[in-house]
Amino acid sequence: MRLKIIHETSYFYDPPAQGLVQSLRLTPSVHQGQRVSGWTISVSGGQRGASFRDGAGDWIEGWTVRGPVQEVVVSIAGQVETRDTAGVLRDHRETVHPLVYMRPTAVTGTDPGLCELARSVQGEDALDLAHRLAEAVSAAIAYVPGVTESHTTAAEALALGQGVCQDHAHALIACARERGMPARYVSGYLHSNAGGEPHDAAHAWAEVHVGALGWVGFDAANACCPDDRYVRLGSGLDADDAAPVRGTTFGTGEESLDVRVQVEEMEQ
Amino acid sequence: MTMYYNEMVDGGRVREPYAMLSDWIEAMPAEIRQMKQAEAEALFRRIGITFAVYGEGGDPDRLIPFDMMPRVFLQSEWRRLERGIKQRARALNAFLRDVYGRGEIVRAGRIPARLVYQNAAYEKAVVGFVPPRGVFSHIVGIDIVRTGRDEFYVLEDNCRTPSGVSYMLENREIMMRMFPALFRNNCIEPVDQYPELLRRTLASVAPAKCDGPPTVVILTPGHYNSAYYEHSFLANLMGIELVEGSDLFVDGGFVYMRTTQGPKRVDVIYRRIDDQFLDPLCFRRDSMLGVPGLMDVYRSGGVSIASAPGAGVADDKAVYTFVPEMIRFYLGEEPILRNVQTWTLWKDEDYRYVMANLKDLVVKEVHGSGGYGMLIGPCATQAEIEAFALRIQADPGNYIAQPVLALSTSPTFVDEGVAPRHVDLRPFCLCGDRIELVPGGLTRVALREGSLVVNSSQGGGVKDTWILSE
Repeated sequence: MRLKIIHETSYFYDPPAQGLVQSLRLTPSVHQGQRVSGWTISVSGGQRGASFRDGAGDWIEGWTVRGPVQEVVVSIAGQVETRDTAGVLRDHRETVHPLVYMRPTAVTGTDPGLCELARSVQGEDALDLAHRLAEAVSAAIAYVPGVTESHTTAAEALALGQGVCQDHAHALIACARERGMPARYVSGYLHSNAGGEPHDAAHAWAEVHVGALGWVGFDAANACCPDDRYVRLGSGLDADDAAPVRGTTFGTGEESLDVRVQVEEMEQ
Repeated sequence: MTMYYNEMVDGGRVREPYAMLSDWIEAMPAEIRQMKQAEAEALFRRIGITFAVYGEGGDPDRLIPFDMMPRVFLQSEWRRLERGIKQRARALNAFLRDVYGRGEIVRAGRIPARLVYQNAAYEKAVVGFVPPRGVFSHIVGIDIVRTGRDEFYVLEDNCRTPSGVSYMLENREIMMRMFPALFRNNCIEPVDQYPELLRRTLASVAPAKCDGPPTVVILTPGHYNSAYYEHSFLANLMGIELVEGSDLFVDGGFVYMRTTQGPKRVDVIYRRIDDQFLDPLCFRRDSMLGVPGLMDVYRSGGVSIASAPGAGVADDKAVYTFVPEMIRFYLGEEPILRNVQTWTLWKDEDYRYVMANLKDLVVKEVHGSGGYGMLIGPCATQAEIEAFALRIQADPGNYIAQPVLALSTSPTFVDEGVAPRHVDLRPFCLCGDRIELVPGGLTRVALREGSLVVNSSQGGGVKDTWILSE
């Protein structure tokens, strides 16, 4: 698919902020399943600073805005040509050892419930096991927005039996690690869900490292593997570690924000 | 009955390095000694050097006892230690370069992947980055114990931000002030060049983007930190700024320091705060001690950080057991200094041996420090041993065990006169464009009779350390 993406985040500060520093992981990954043709990041009133590709293969851009400033708009616009690799991440240049992704974090730690879920399925091989785990997570946590929050843990979401894509990804990561498979959180965009309905928010899923095949994506929230409807941005140990935007604002003001994401298929 | 090596008296005779000290002690009446001891304490109080060594915690205003009796090495003894310490510092940095790069030592099967990549101190954010001159750990503190005339062992390595060097400098300063004759009549290698060597080492790792004389700063967590005295002491001696996180800010691709003349670009940060607090955009989001955006600038080559974030993966007690292997693997040399025999409890065989011999061993937590969270078998009661065994059973991978080391003794002033007390040594090796080591270090002494624990939190004191030039 040829996807056109527009992603705008507007931050408002009252009273005006003294300045802000952001670290953006908002550039599509380079791998077999996607090719970027034109991608721009701009921060209103901002200065682009340090930029580099990290060990996990993500492109990171540092931005700073000098205050006082009342409104800052982070705008991303670009086009990505995607193709279906059945979730397999191929030709992605990264040097972080997979075992690094065995480390539990505050939101991906296990509890008896997650351990039981992780042990409830068997697989013929690592790939099969990863599929079974993703299915088990899909079945155990219903997609219900508004029930969980950004700091909800995998264990809490499972106990609730409800959550959003972040919770599905965290639960799958916890289960995979419990079964000895490195797993990580991936952030990105989704064009439309399985039913063909347009998706208008940023999306997230999990990747599990399955032996010789390497990293394979699993979207437990949509009960599928990422295909050509998905655009991958970056990864981390959990949602916080993989966050597309991390920032600090100087000042005493209240921050409010408005996010607009548009992922459209372009005419051939 | 364990035999302890006495550094002053060997085979019934006073050893050469201590010969003149022996005369000095005999010539000093008890009243004078007490007066001098009181004078030394007053000097320490006046300069305010009261912090705890090695992050041991405890009362930050407590004075660590200073023993006026120096610990002495011959130059020939020191030369060997020096070669061994520098060799170790080179291997540790080679290891860090490797595990944040291709991981050859893991691929070669010389160290288990799990110990490296699942180590809590391994920082994903540093993977693929090579700091200036390939140095990750710029100040390596290596703890050494002596067990015989020619027997030295490394107890542990400290690759993050080892503290205690201000004691090395102050102990010498105070000895020189109180006993100038001792220094006139003996050739004692100086240590006071350390601050200048440290400054030069830090300046030598300025990033390529630095196009003038490098601006170096010390980043402290602030005056509540137990080592704050050392931070300000070193900043003063080096003639550089002591800053807190809020004094620095990121703008564009660089780090700046706020000054009365406006922002000034900073090239090298000698940080005395832990990795997790360095940058809320990369590590702990709630950290107020660090500089937002610092890691992005670091990774893109706009600033240097000493030691590099993630350097701690080289110095935990489990990785320690592989340092001799690192020396062989990277340098193709045999280790000059030996490691203490160490049983790693995640291995079944070692586990069985240790559990059956707890009363004769020292058991430590892999990430523990400061003499806490450890069992000293021969000094423990049966109940203490049983309680500790339960802790080990719950998480064997978190423990290592070592034999009780027969730490050497050095003469020490006690109430009754002079008596042997157990000592260790921490020299500070500097790594930049060159590897430098000042002749000396910090000697810690267990002041309680018979005690083998030199930690200041448990009755330890400090001594001046002399290397005699020949």
